[in-house]
Amino acid sequence: MIYRIEVLDKPGLFDAVGEGIARDISDLGISGVSEVRYTQVYLIEGEVTRADAGRICRELLADPISQDYLLCDAAFCEPEQPAGGFSVEVAYNPGVMDPVEESVKKGILDLGIKGAASVKTARKYRINGNISASQADSIAEKLLYNKLIQHIVRRGAPSSHPPSEYNFHLSRVRIIGASGAELRRLSSQGQLFLNLDEMRTIKAYFSGIGRDPTDCELETIAQTWSEHCAHKTFRGRIKYSESLPPSYKGRIGSRMIKGLLKSTIIKVTRELRKPWCVSVFEDNSGIIKFEGRNNICFKVETHNHPSALEPFGGANTGIGGVIRDCLGTGLGAKPVFNTDVFCFGLPDYSFKDLPAGILHPKRVMKGVVSGVRDYGNKMGIPTVNGAVLFDEGFTCNPLVYCGTAGIIPQDKCFKKAGKGDLIVVAGGRTGRDGIHGATFSSGELTEESETVSSGAVQIGNPIEEKKLVDTLMRARDRGLYSSVTDCGAGGLSSAVGEMGAELGAKVELDKVPLKYSGLSYSEIWISESQERMVLAVDGRKADELIALFAAENVEAAVIGEFTGRGRLELFYRGNLVADLDMKFMHDGRPDIEKKAVFKLPAHKETGKPCPSDLGPALKKILSSYDVCSKEWIIRQYDHEVQGGSAGKPLTGVACDGPADAAVVRPLMSSRKAVIVSNGINFRFGRIDPYWMAASCIDEALRQVVACGGPVGRTALLDNFCWGNPDKPDRLGGLVRASYGCYYAAKAYGLPFISGKDSLYNEYMYSGKSRAIPGTLLISAVSVLDDVSKTVSMYAREAGDLIYVVGLTRDEMGGSLYYEQSGLTGSSVPMIYPAQAMKIFSALNRLAAAGALRSVHDCSEGGLGVSAAEMAFSGGLGMEISLADAVYKCADKKRRRNDFILFSESNSRFIVEISPEKKRVFERELKGLSFSLIGTLEEHGQLIVRGLDGRVCLREDIAGLKEAWQKPLRW
Amino acid sequence: MKKPRVCILRTAGTNCDAETAFAFGLAGAQAELVHVNVLAAGGRKLDDYHILALPGGFSYGDDIAAGKVLANELRCKLRDSVERFISAGKLVIGICNGFQILVKSGLLPGNAQWKQEASLVINDSSKFEARWVHLRIPESVCVWTEGIGRVIYLPVAHGEGKFMAADTASLRCILDKRQAAVTYCNEDGSAAVYPANPNGSQADIAGICDATGRIFGLMPHPERNVQSSQHPLGGSGRKSSEPDGILIFKNGVRYARKLL
Repeated sequence: MIYRIEVLDKPGLFDAVGEGIARDISDLGISGVSEVRYTQVYLIEGEVTRADAGRICRELLADPISQDYLLCDAAFCEPEQPAGGFSVEVAYNPGVMDPVEESVKKGILDLGIKGAASVKTARKYRINGNISASQADSIAEKLLYNKLIQHIVRRGAPSSHPPSEYNFHLSRVRIIGASGAELRRLSSQGQLFLNLDEMRTIKAYFSGIGRDPTDCELETIAQTWSEHCAHKTFRGRIKYSESLPPSYKGRIGSRMIKGLLKSTIIKVTRELRKPWCVSVFEDNSGIIKFEGRNNICFKVETHNHPSALEPFGGANTGIGGVIRDCLGTGLGAKPVFNTDVFCFGLPDYSFKDLPAGILHPKRVMKGVVSGVRDYGNKMGIPTVNGAVLFDEGFTCNPLVYCGTAGIIPQDKCFKKAGKGDLIVVAGGRTGRDGIHGATFSSGELTEESETVSSGAVQIGNPIEEKKLVDTLMRARDRGLYSSVTDCGAGGLSSAVGEMGAELGAKVELDKVPLKYSGLSYSEIWISESQERMVLAVDGRKADELIALFAAENVEAAVIGEFTGRGRLELFYRGNLVADLDMKFMHDGRPDIEKKAVFKLPAHKETGKPCPSDLGPALKKILSSYDVCSKEWIIRQYDHEVQGGSAGKPLTGVACDGPADAAVVRPLMSSRKAVIVSNGINFRFGRIDPYWMAASCIDEALRQVVACGGPVGRTALLDNFCWGNPDKPDRLGGLVRASYGCYYAAKAYGLPFISGKDSLYNEYMYSGKSRAIPGTLLISAVSVLDDVSKTVSMYAREAGDLIYVVGLTRDEMGGSLYYEQSGLTGSSVPMIYPAQAMKIFSALNRLAAAGALRSVHDCSEGGLGVSAAEMAFSGGLGMEISLADAVYKCADKKRRRNDFILFSESNSRFIVEISPEKKRVFERELKGLSFSLIGTLEEHGQLIVRGLDGRVCLREDIAGLKEAWQKPLRW
Repeated sequence: MKKPRVCILRTAGTNCDAETAFAFGLAGAQAELVHVNVLAAGGRKLDDYHILALPGGFSYGDDIAAGKVLANELRCKLRDSVERFISAGKLVIGICNGFQILVKSGLLPGNAQWKQEASLVINDSSKFEARWVHLRIPESVCVWTEGIGRVIYLPVAHGEGKFMAADTASLRCILDKRQAAVTYCNEDGSAAVYPANPNGSQADIAGICDATGRIFGLMPHPERNVQSSQHPLGGSGRKSSEPDGILIFKNGVRYARKLL
């Protein structure tokens, strides 16, 4: 028996879902839609009486107050909708997880109704109005479904395919006698993304043991050696050459680099030897000390390729994955906050210029934000910090960075699987989703990516992962396992392969719980199905562990053991399907050498005169997508859950100003707090990635300092998103960015504790490959002893004094002010660590003494944006004089109001001081660059006097705030 | 002094359980997190507690509709023990998802047993929103809000919080019987429009109680304002000595002490 149930809002009620879609349709430029009605569809199959089906509708599926339902005894209801308008019904593709099914089944069982064998859901949209069939298709394709995971349901077509059984057949790949060309073909057809050298090494290994590999063995090696898992670019040799003038600041010199990561990022941490670094670069996240009994771990990941193809699912599983990194750190950390940073194409990009195979940036953005919202909120992890940047260069390759920090007891920070420990997989079941994710993200995207790699795209089930967190923490505290790691890219292959790298592992693949039948042994092994963790468990504790999971409806199964034989042995129904030497897998990869070159681009400086009124320029910068308010996004995230939020992402008298960093109390019983911030600016990288990297570190650090965070307790994470590193110019920039990281982090005394890279962010269309602007995200995390010493950015009281701290220089290169006039410039902001460190320390001391009323850092848009934000967030006016600001330039002609107001020099702050703290403040900063530039006023205007003493900007703060809030008020 | 015992009910997707327990602890109660499976299997008995708290979160992913699946589970599987608990004069509070559960199981407004008479539906803005809101405490029969009297400030964070009564008569009934315990308002207490009323709720209703005043549900999160560091303006510039959220927990605990 099959029942179709349609649930929709009662006539006359406001259909919020429908209204939202109607707005999106008008954004597409399609007018004529009068109304969109949304209907939720359920298909229930099984031995259920009609009376019971009626009960299911009344008591479970339809809200008796706001909804009506239609119950039909068939897959489709009759009669059809009246003419005029279109109905579009969207369902998930077979094999794609639909979390609602499980909940509906549970609800039906709770009603005491047994016999519902399967539940499927679909969404139906009724689009009324005067639109054409092709417009309806366009709406469906652009807004309502993504063919990678969903399809349009057609009347008469079968709603699902019955799962097929899998008939075992061991498949071998002929490699021993293969020629170079054949090896290449094997790699590309099998989506292995291995180069010829690597394929030859594999061939030699199997020639040595006298047999061809099984498909499963080849997949395992490809996954282990993928850029995504092995980080070949950062670990291999690089022959680097640069051509820079001898006087250029920041030369690193042409050289052979043996391991970029070890020569730069890891080197900083080794040299600094901070006693509060607990575990760095060795686990799924980096761990630092927090308070007496607990440490903090932090990891930021990227999920760019999947988000480009399916924004909701990509971001959804991106956040899900980084949360599991936290769970898989040491013996497991409890997630306490998330961060997210995105780079998108321009939201107003024209549809007709969009390359084939590309989703519109606005759809990507809405999808990504929804994906993070869905997963983060449902997990109950506050999303507290982030940034969003926009540039045409991200149209084809959006960047999605997701971070998670966790709290972990000091005695749970390390793990070790023991010989004889059982291998347990816990959490979600394994399906055919996410196959080839690790290797897929190690290559460039092309127009065909969406068809070829659709298996790499999936959507998450946050509630499954929430159950996993809840139960795993209990199991950890009872000491029920000896090691744990997440199943991320590469699935079981990666998780078991890494955990058993020393010991060796034996796995019986038919013991892995499956979502449906029909999976081959290879698919089981490399599937990247979400919400799974792998544990090493002492055999005597396995029953207790599995019972603990089962008590909260989490499935766990023993699938093998760590043998001590140093081999990877995989079985399927008793058949040996893989037998590899762990040493070969992990150490057998041939060294690669890549070439890198860097030369300074030639960008012109401006010849335009300084406008007499800088108001319009300030408003334009405030309205730029990068600077403008991200409230539309931030409010969709629950940033207060867990109760630890102390410094909110939106701050000020009306709770809508832009905070510099977030402050979180992960333990409600402790006064200690964690401060988290980020630095990112791809524009500086267009001039020199070295100074971009240094500036990103400065930005992240100064935001921490602006909130009162101590420099000496601050750690960093690096996330590089770059183009194809096999191209020397791309790699040259990456080398310079890494060395810039070393220079700045070392000078500021900031250790890196973890990081990740995402390379090959290029898109091939019409015969040309386009790379994203090389982008580095620096995340900073700091520990503040007393949460009450937090400082925030909004103006507090009229009559208070306004200072600028830090030297403003003629560094307009890569600034937003230049970008407004179509310029990049060459004078990129640099850092001056000796002076900057003194400023940071002085502000730290002043914050601890409670002498700072408010502090706001100067970033994009410089002094002008910073002053405006401080004023309007506090609801107060401000008068400042540029003649009083310390400004340094070599060329007298460049001593101009606009440059002083909009230069993006590093290490600068605007600080509000109450008049009675004037002496204390000035004494603490004696000898450093700072100056009193003005006061806060009741009058509600921002007034800026120029070098000649005349007013060069006079704007109502309400107008400035409106300019800042308007662009993304969707 | 002996402490009232609070059962903080959790299940798949509950996520405000720990901070709700912390708030009850601050208010002088002894709170315990109890999984619904344990309660259903008899591993814990509701009779042993004085307060039942349904915390915020996304129980069962809010699939079908927010709170619906757990509401259905309470109604079908825990009916007897919940009825016994309520008729023993004990207290129930539902926060955010907990409020949605109380309304969808029919426990609120609770004028007809286990029959849903009101709902909490998708926000008019059609999206999840987190923001701080001002709340008026009208004169009501609610024991949880008794004596607060002034405008309080709490965060909301939900996508389905628009309160809707079955019809105008039943809305009238809730108001007339003084069951509207918390309403959205402007900072000065005046009637709210969006975003002060963040979801389009009828009569600005943010929380209601049953006729006895002992069962209380609200969309805002009082457990997120029980320490001064949680307040958006920090400790500075605020006159009242106690964070607003704790007042609600203290009221409940004070009442529950009488049951000891």
